[in-house]
Amino acid sequence: MRSSHLFMILAFARKELFHILHDPRTLAIIFIMPVMQLIMFGYALNMEIQNVDIAVVDMSHSPLSREIVREFRGSRFFTVREYTGELSGLDALFKKRQARVVLLIPADLDVQFRHQPFVPLQFLIDASDANAATLIRNYCNQVVMNFNQSHNRQLRLPFRVSSNILFNPDMKSTYFFVPGLIALLLIMLSALLTSISITREKETGTLEQILVSPVRPAHIVLGKVLPYVVMGILIGSLILLIGFVLFQIPFRGSMVLLFLLTLLYILTALSMGILISTVAQTQQVAMMIAQMATMLPTLFLSGFIFPISSMPVVLQYLSYLVPARYYLLIVRGIILKGSALHHLLFPALVLAGMSVLLLLISVRKFRMTLEG
Amino acid sequence: MDTYAVLTEKLSRHFGDFVAVDGVTLRVSTGEVFGFLGPNGAGKTTLIRMLCGLLKPTSGRATVGGYDVYRESERIKQHIGYMSQRFSLYGDLTVQENIDFYGGIYGLSRERVQRKREELLSTLHLGRYRNLLTRDLPLGFKQRLALGCAMLHEPPILFLDEPTSGVDPAARRAFWEVIHATARQGTTIFVTTHFMEEAEYCHRVAIMNFGKVVALDSPGSLKTRYQKSTMQEVFVAILQQEGANSEFREEPA
Repeated sequence: MRSSHLFMILAFARKELFHILHDPRTLAIIFIMPVMQLIMFGYALNMEIQNVDIAVVDMSHSPLSREIVREFRGSRFFTVREYTGELSGLDALFKKRQARVVLLIPADLDVQFRHQPFVPLQFLIDASDANAATLIRNYCNQVVMNFNQSHNRQLRLPFRVSSNILFNPDMKSTYFFVPGLIALLLIMLSALLTSISITREKETGTLEQILVSPVRPAHIVLGKVLPYVVMGILIGSLILLIGFVLFQIPFRGSMVLLFLLTLLYILTALSMGILISTVAQTQQVAMMIAQMATMLPTLFLSGFIFPISSMPVVLQYLSYLVPARYYLLIVRGIILKGSALHHLLFPALVLAGMSVLLLLISVRKFRMTLEG
Repeated sequence: MDTYAVLTEKLSRHFGDFVAVDGVTLRVSTGEVFGFLGPNGAGKTTLIRMLCGLLKPTSGRATVGGYDVYRESERIKQHIGYMSQRFSLYGDLTVQENIDFYGGIYGLSRERVQRKREELLSTLHLGRYRNLLTRDLPLGFKQRLALGCAMLHEPPILFLDEPTSGVDPAARRAFWEVIHATARQGTTIFVTTHFMEEAEYCHRVAIMNFGKVVALDSPGSLKTRYQKSTMQEVFVAILQQEGANSEFREEPA
């Protein structure tokens, strides 16, 4: 009797596998779609700013002013161009997006430099993108500060801040985003795959034939999850691989550990999909629920883009329900910090607990009759 | 212990205000081919679904193979085969994959599935098409294959819900030959149909209208009683008489 349970689960798993294999077009889409998304978002979601167009209005034409301009040219953040037109034309410069910042150097720079304690330099910054404007202002300050320090040896400042940026010394935002994207793509795809698997059988009527057989809900649920775990692992490896190769993310931790914990995350996502599948009556509804339940929470509540600690308290509590929150701890920890399993026990256990709970609820919710 | 394969007593099923099955009492003996006739919406499918455990009865009593439909539906499932009007095969799986799956969900061992599969393929002359996708089979073959899949675990009781709908007359005749061969081996067959000439193939028929059984006997006795030469005429006569009796009944939505 015990072996017949196994036969039933395996019968389902095999059947699901055949469904997948007989539909190579869908299979191709399933594999290509997340790769495309990863490449697209990976390059688009870039918070670093480089080659900012700066227009310099040098009214002084002195050795000193040229030295200031040289300081800007030396920085990789700026692309410097001299502006010699009318001052009234500066507005058009911003509107045509030929400059995002304008530096105005007064005509009497030399005179002021010799007789005044401070020389005003004016920066006009395009703040239509507020985040970029803040960064540009910081860069400008930095350049001017460097200039000040190299030209005033007597200047005594009480503190000199020196910070060491750990784990991501270049502050590359791809290191931050690519793991998040992996978390997002894996959960969306995995939940989608299983969410339509039972509803499809409700729609075609084959579920009726299954319900009159002695299979139990647990056989169906496990049998349906099993083949997708295999697929999830393949897709997961592909996404991780492309993420590392394409975005040159350093890998400091254990590959095996990341693989195993990714498997756990995929299992959680598949279990979510199965639960949706047992409740929804049509594939369309199932797909919509799956998308809503995975995309928005993962984007906004997992710490993918917005830090959890700066969220309203209610949302912080809600974020505990989002599997990606835990997976992000795992994936960022392993690849950037080289965390080991004992550092990641908490998120790993939560994901395991979530999977078991979701599967149990699915089995409980599964109706063995055709009652509404 | 009763010796009846299927036994119902005042079995009813309501859907809200609509009474789909209204106090049906039946006794189907082991090895009998029992036909269930009636126009669409008469309640045949609802009755069969209650007996298979797919729907819960609203009231009444029923046993299948001696097991109670309320309490022992899991045991019933081991003893019945069921084939629905929709021939529940997976169109995107091959003939062989379909057979293997249905064998598997009944917990049959690999060897047993294999043996039953080869048997089935050779009786259906489908051996050459084992790797063909089921959706590419002609309807008659699909129907025979669906029946075969429903019988892989050799159930003593077989429920067939309009198994011949949409199939051409020659394939229907072939199908009934299979059913009779199966019944001769002691399998009880409970079949619904709306083809009246198929009633002739049954040992006994129940005619259902508006959820009630309005006539129940062998085709021969029914023809004698109503003095008609075919079941088609018997059926029309009964429905006319019934229609007159039930003119105050509301049409089901």
